[in-house]
Amino acid sequence: MTGTDALLLALGALAVGSGALAVATRHLVRAGLYLVLCLAAVAGMYLVLTAELVAWVQVLIYVGAVVVLLLFAVMLTRAPIGASTDLDRPGWPAALIGGGTGLGLAALLVDAYRWSSVPLPTAGSAERIGEQIFGSWVLPFEVLSVLLLAALVGAIILSRPDIGRSPVDLAGDSRADETPAETSIEASAEGRRSR
Amino acid sequence: MRPVIPYVTAALLFGLGTYGVLRRRNAILVLIAVELMLNAVNLILVTADTTVRSQLPHGGQVFALFVIVLAAAEVGVGLAIVLQLYRMRASVAVDEVPLAEPPPPNAPAEPSAPPPATAATPGEADR
Repeated sequence: MTGTDALLLALGALAVGSGALAVATRHLVRAGLYLVLCLAAVAGMYLVLTAELVAWVQVLIYVGAVVVLLLFAVMLTRAPIGASTDLDRPGWPAALIGGGTGLGLAALLVDAYRWSSVPLPTAGSAERIGEQIFGSWVLPFEVLSVLLLAALVGAIILSRPDIGRSPVDLAGDSRADETPAETSIEASAEGRRSR
Repeated sequence: MRPVIPYVTAALLFGLGTYGVLRRRNAILVLIAVELMLNAVNLILVTADTTVRSQLPHGGQVFALFVIVLAAAEVGVGLAIVLQLYRMRASVAVDEVPLAEPPPPNAPAEPSAPPPATAATPGEADR
């Protein structure tokens, strides 16, 4: 048991503990904050495993962007401040399947690796990873950029209800705007938002 | 370095994510549990990168970066869907979403008289 192992054990316990709190807490905002703690612990494990670039990308994208988006969504869906009682379904099937999956995978990996030891590679691998991404993996990298563009356009279209409907619907909506009676689902939702 | 420690951590995180996806009713909490599962996969990839010698060096870390980018795209589109669901139903409980959409109440009663689409389209495009 070296210092590396002790560090990995501590960070792993922190990650699993805060992950368990994130899926078990009754406060919506606290679930997001426990997720931040879990992601930071995993980033620390990446650092110990000499994957500095992945660790900092994890901090930048996950903690910086994804969690902020999740918290924005929590605020925009008008989450209550205190504890909520209607967040969970009855939990026995979920506990059975989740516990079975986690413990089964853990048993499989423990059986595969036992208590063997592996020397860590030398640190400072960002330059080598850059060579790999733009050398061997450049086609998946470009495909991923196209996918990001598609996700961007899709998110914009999803969040603007006036794009992508047929002209018949649009004409129907303009008719509905002239008459005060709100009839369509979108019109009533927009009225609720403006109130 | 004992590789069994990060591997077991990743397996337990994946189990927790599965539990959260099956247990939670709130769509945002389901997305948080999905993030836990994606992180477990990333941890497996990075650990395998340091323990397994492969033909292409650092393939595991490159794949972990790709999975992080995929997770960012997934969260963007997923939260757009969740917000649209909240706008329509004023609720984000995933087990209350009806699978069959009722017909919109303002459907044109007489289909023989559609509004002039060619006249409406340029005005909409100008906005």
